Amino acid sequence: MKKLLTVSLLGVALAAGTAQARDYDHVRFGVDVPYEPMEYRTPDGELTGFDIDLGNALCAEMGITCEWIEQEWDGIIPGLLARNYDAIMSSMTINDERRQTLLFSDPYITIPGAWFAPAGSDVEEINEETLAGKSIGVQRGTTFDSYVTDNYGRVANVSRYSTADDMVLDLQAQRLDLVFLEFIVGQATLLDNHRGEFEVVGEMVTEPEEYFGEGFGIAFRPRDEALAQRFNEALATLKEDGTYDEIYQRYFGEE
Amino acid sequence: MTELTWLNELLAGNRIFTPQTIGYYWDGLVLTTQLVFLSLVAGLVLAIPLAIGRSSSRRWISLPIYVYTYVFRGTPLLIQLYIIYYGVVFFDGIQQTFLWPLLREAFYPALIAFTLNTAAYSTEIFRGAIKATPRGEIEAAKAYGMSQGLMMRRIVLPSAFRRALPAYGNEVIFMLHASAIASVVTLMDITGAARFVYARFYAPFEAFLFAAAIYLCLTFAILYFFRYLEKRLLAHLKPQSGN
Amino acid sequence: MIDLHGYGPRLLEGAGVTLQLAVLSLILALILGLLTASAKMSRNWLLHKVATLYTTVIRGVPDLVLMLLLFFGGQMALNVATDAIYDRFGVDWYINLNAFAAGVLTIGFIFGAYMGETFRGAFMAVEHGQIEAGKAYGMSPWLVFRRIRFPQMMRHALPGISNNWMVLLKTTALVSVIGLSDMVRVAAEASRATHEPFTFLIPVAAAYLLIASVSEWMFARLQKRYNVGFGGH
Repeated sequence: MKKLLTVSLLGVALAAGTAQARDYDHVRFGVDVPYEPMEYRTPDGELTGFDIDLGNALCAEMGITCEWIEQEWDGIIPGLLARNYDAIMSSMTINDERRQTLLFSDPYITIPGAWFAPAGSDVEEINEETLAGKSIGVQRGTTFDSYVTDNYGRVANVSRYSTADDMVLDLQAQRLDLVFLEFIVGQATLLDNHRGEFEVVGEMVTEPEEYFGEGFGIAFRPRDEALAQRFNEALATLKEDGTYDEIYQRYFGEE
Repeated sequence: MTELTWLNELLAGNRIFTPQTIGYYWDGLVLTTQLVFLSLVAGLVLAIPLAIGRSSSRRWISLPIYVYTYVFRGTPLLIQLYIIYYGVVFFDGIQQTFLWPLLREAFYPALIAFTLNTAAYSTEIFRGAIKATPRGEIEAAKAYGMSQGLMMRRIVLPSAFRRALPAYGNEVIFMLHASAIASVVTLMDITGAARFVYARFYAPFEAFLFAAAIYLCLTFAILYFFRYLEKRLLAHLKPQSGN
Repeated sequence: MIDLHGYGPRLLEGAGVTLQLAVLSLILALILGLLTASAKMSRNWLLHKVATLYTTVIRGVPDLVLMLLLFFGGQMALNVATDAIYDRFGVDWYINLNAFAAGVLTIGFIFGAYMGETFRGAFMAVEHGQIEAGKAYGMSPWLVFRRIRFPQMMRHALPGISNNWMVLLKTTALVSVIGLSDMVRVAAEASRATHEPFTFLIPVAAAYLLIASVSEWMFARLQKRYNVGFGGH
C-alpha cells in the first residue's frame, strides 16, 4: 500500500513523462558554473564563457535553439543520463572511464592541468617528496581528483570540493597548500583575479592520457549518435569559417 | 599485502569495492567515530554546568543559557557548521595565531560546531531531568542539612542522570547521523568516502547503500549499549518482580 | 540595514523554497506516517514486517545519506525503467526527478517513519473503552475511526508531530547539498562570493528561528483545540 502510494506520488508530483522527439530542434546543455573562463556569470548575472559562446555558436550553425541548465559537477553525468538535459558542455575531459557511460563529440579544445599555490610557497616542484604532508584541493569526481588521488593520495591530504569556488576560497584562507585544476581556470580565478597572490608551481600536466584524455568534448547519451554527429559537423564548419578562432581569442587572447 | 589475499579474491571482478575504496570507508568510519565521540564528550562536559545554570532561579544565569540552547536547537547544524568553518577565516590575522594550525584543518571547525550543538540539546535534556527530581528527595536532603552543592552532587545529579539516560541515548544517535554533514566541508567521514566513491564510479547504490549499512550497524550498537545501561542503572525503578 | 550585495531577492526566493519544501514534505510525511501506523497495528503479518523494516532502517541511517541515495540513485533507477520501456516498446518517456521533487520525496519518506511511530503511540494511547463505547452505539469501524479514534489520537500525537516538524524544518537545509537553491545554499554561495559569511548566514539562521517560533505558536493553538474537554492537559 505504501509502495503503491509512493509510486503514484512519483507519477503525479513529478510532472509525468513527456514524449521526447528523436530529432532535436532544441538542445539543453548541462553546465557546472562557475568555472571561469570556461563558464561563469558576469556581475549582472549573465551566463558567459568559452563553452557557452561556442555552444551557442554551434546551435546557431545547426539552426537549433539551445538552453543552459546549471548542475553541480557531482551530479552532472547522472543528470544527463536522467535526461535533465541532452548534452554536457562543461569542460569535460574525454577519457576511457567516461566513455563507458557517455558518447563524446570530437574534442573542441585541449587544456593542460596545472598546480597553483600561494605566492612564495615552499613547494617548487611537484613530486612525492615535495608534496608529502601537504593539503591539496581538487574538485570531487574530476579527472584531476583521480590523478591526484592515484599519484599522491598516499603522501598528501587530498581535500575534495563540490565547486571550484569553495576550493579557491580555502586556498586563499590558507587551508590548502596547493590546488590542481585546469590551467586556464586557475589563471582566470587565481592569477588574474588576485594579482600576485598565487603562482603556478611545476610543469603543466597533460599526461598520462588515461587521465587527461584527448581534450574537452561535448558529452551525449550513448544512443544520441545522430546528435553527436551533427555537432561534429557544426564544429568543423566553425573551425573553418573562423568563428571558432574568434571565440578562442575572446577568452584566451592571441596564441 | 599477502595477508589481504582473501580480500582481493572476494573483491575480484568488482569494479567499485577495491581494497582502496574499502580503505576509504574504513578511514571514514574512524573519522566519524572520532568526531562523534569527541564532540559528545566535550558537549557533555559543557552541558552539565549549563543544565544546572539553566535550572537556576536567577534569571541572569538561566536566561543567557536559554538563549544559547534556543538558537542552537532552532537552527540547522549545517548553518552552524558553515558559520564556524567559513567564519573563522575572516578574522583578520587569524592565520598568524597559534589557533590556526587547528582551525586550518576542517576537523576542528566541525568538532566545535558539533560540540556546541550537542551541548545545547544535552543541556535541555539534563535540565528536564533535574526539574523532574521528586520533591521528597530534595526535602530529605535538606532535612539532613546538606548544602546546595552537596545536594546537587549526591542527590539531584545522580538521579537526574538516570532519568536522562533514554533521551541522551537518542541524542547520541542523532549526533551520529548529524555528523554526516562533515562531508560538506571536505572531511572524508563515512559519507565523504561514499560521495567520493559515487563521484568516481557513478555508482550511487553501491556507494551510499554501503555507507547506510555502516551507519545502521553503528546505530544498533549505540541502541543496545544504552539499553544495557538502562537495565543496569534503572533496575531499581522497575516494578518488583515476584508479585 | 545590512548590505546584502544584491543577493536579497535570491535569499527571499530561497526562503520560499525552504518553506514550500518543508510544508510539502510534512504533508507527505503525515500521510506516510498514518499508513505506517495502520500497517504496524494491522493483523497482517507482512504489512507489519514491511512497516517495521521501514521505520527501523530509516531511523538508523543519516538523512543526508538517504537524500544522496534517493537523489542520485532514484534518478538512475528511473532511467533504467524508462530505458527498458524505450527498448521494449519504442516509447521514449522521461521522468525528470528534479532536486525539489527529490527533496520533498526524501524528506517526506524519512519523516514518514518518525510520524509512523508518533501515530502508533498516539493510537495506542486512546482508551479502549472509548472505542468499545462507539461500537456499542452501533457505529461502523470507519465512523469509530473518524469520530473517536482519530480526534482523540490527534490530541496525543500533536506534541510528537510538532517535534517532528521542528526537526524536519532543519533537515530541509540539507537539500542545499544536493543542489537545490534553498536559503542555505544561496547564503553559502553569497558568503563565498563576498567573503562575508556572517552577513548572510546569520539572517538565514534568524529566519529558521522565526519559522520555528511561529509554528510553535500555531501548534500550541492547535493543541488547545484538540484538548477541548480535557481541561488541565
